[in-house]
Amino acid sequence: MEPTRRGFVNWLLSTSAGAFVLSVVYPVSRYLVPPPAGESTAASVTIALKPDEVKPNTGQIFKFGSRPGILVRTAAGDLRAFSAVCTHLNCTVQYRPDLGEIWCACHNGHFDLNGHNVAGPPPRPLEPYVVNVRGNQIVVSKGA
Amino acid sequence: MGRGPLWRWMDERVGLADLEKLAHKKQVPVHRHRLWYYFGGMTLFLFGIQVVTGILLLLYYRPSAEEAYESVQFLMAEVQFGWLIRSLHAWSANLMILALFVHLFSVLLLKAYRRPREMTWFSGVGLFGIALAFGFTGYLLPWNELAYFATKVGTEITGAVPVVGHFTLRLLRGGDDVTGATLTRFYGIHVAVLPAIVTALLGLHLYLVQKHGMSVPPSVESAGGPRRTMPFVPDFLLRDIVGWLSALALLAALAAFFPAELGRKADPFAPAPIGIKPEWYFMFTFQTLKYLPAKILGIDGEVVGIVAFGLGGLFLLVLPLLDRRAARGESSRLFTGIGIGIIVYVVVLTYLGYTANPTK
Repeated sequence: MEPTRRGFVNWLLSTSAGAFVLSVVYPVSRYLVPPPAGESTAASVTIALKPDEVKPNTGQIFKFGSRPGILVRTAAGDLRAFSAVCTHLNCTVQYRPDLGEIWCACHNGHFDLNGHNVAGPPPRPLEPYVVNVRGNQIVVSKGA
Repeated sequence: MGRGPLWRWMDERVGLADLEKLAHKKQVPVHRHRLWYYFGGMTLFLFGIQVVTGILLLLYYRPSAEEAYESVQFLMAEVQFGWLIRSLHAWSANLMILALFVHLFSVLLLKAYRRPREMTWFSGVGLFGIALAFGFTGYLLPWNELAYFATKVGTEITGAVPVVGHFTLRLLRGGDDVTGATLTRFYGIHVAVLPAIVTALLGLHLYLVQKHGMSVPPSVESAGGPRRTMPFVPDFLLRDIVGWLSALALLAALAAFFPAELGRKADPFAPAPIGIKPEWYFMFTFQTLKYLPAKILGIDGEVVGIVAFGLGGLFLLVLPLLDRRAARGESSRLFTGIGIGIIVYVVVLTYLGYTANPTK
């Protein structure tokens, strides 16, 4: 087609309008996305509890960086720790002494004391942590 | 016409006579299904209460994780009639969603979405979505335990959506977890973004209702006989007002006898409380997620559930385009059946949500 003055003006106008829209939309959309938070890199945490304060057949929530973890002493006396974030929809789990299981109140998910999802909707096991008792301290660390 | 000088002054500048003529032109059909015409106006009235009480709550509320719970506590305990304003806002929200459900399903069953009112239906389904978003964002604002976990679950659900899920989750939460950043974001959405969208969408919806007038159900249309109508002003409007005043009385009674609770302050390092529940209008989705197994055909159960609910919402939106029989003015039993099916599903799952043992 023969280039016309009208065609050129229309091209100029529409590309300018497009560039204008982009120059508004791009910064606004980047603004809406939150900057990445410094993910907690702590590989281990010392819990503010003495080993003999955790009675058999009970569980405690503790802070692991910015996320909750759960420390359980089994009826047999073992200390175990897992991430307390339910693998279903992110609720915080709790220990159920009546069942001897870790349980999520939100959608009735059950985990055994190895962290395996045994009943209800959770699709994956809880992330297990390593528990070390050093003298009078409980140190929980992420598995290797 | 014997009008005063003020009326004539205004008329010359604003065109009062034209508006008056417009108001008197509107007619409402009279037939055995006319009761359902009142629920749109009822929803609008309750929305008005939400706007007024919401603005009043803004005067004391502080949108941060450190102050939100305390500011609501102060409002409930110290501010004169603070409990009343907050309870009215909470109850009116619930009644509004209820009226909206009735409005939506009556329009569905009476096939009022058929040609030429498809756009009215689309804007209405959009408003329904906005109302649910209002409920979801507003629920978090008191920053109590229930709200905290409801928001964790609700936003995690968007995270399970394939492809765009994780991005949307971070966008909603203002980060990877539900924190004070989420609260501030939800506050902005609740008091500015959603009201702006509602203003536009509701304007379109109401304009379309005026343009097309009230739909007469196909069963009434095909029965023939003389068409009876009543004028909107004043006959229908006065009946509307009777309904609104009754709703206001009910609202006042509910707010006075069952004031909104506050519960315990949100604690990210406490387990989810036993018996945790979402608002009743999300109960059927919540209960469905409880029943879904961990894996369905190798896919995470909740992903299947969420995609299914998404498709259900999409189906509801495009219903007028699918129901070809109603578009031609014929009866469409299939879509009546689907509508009744949805109602039964929602009612049964909601009932189970409130009666099933939460710890079993």
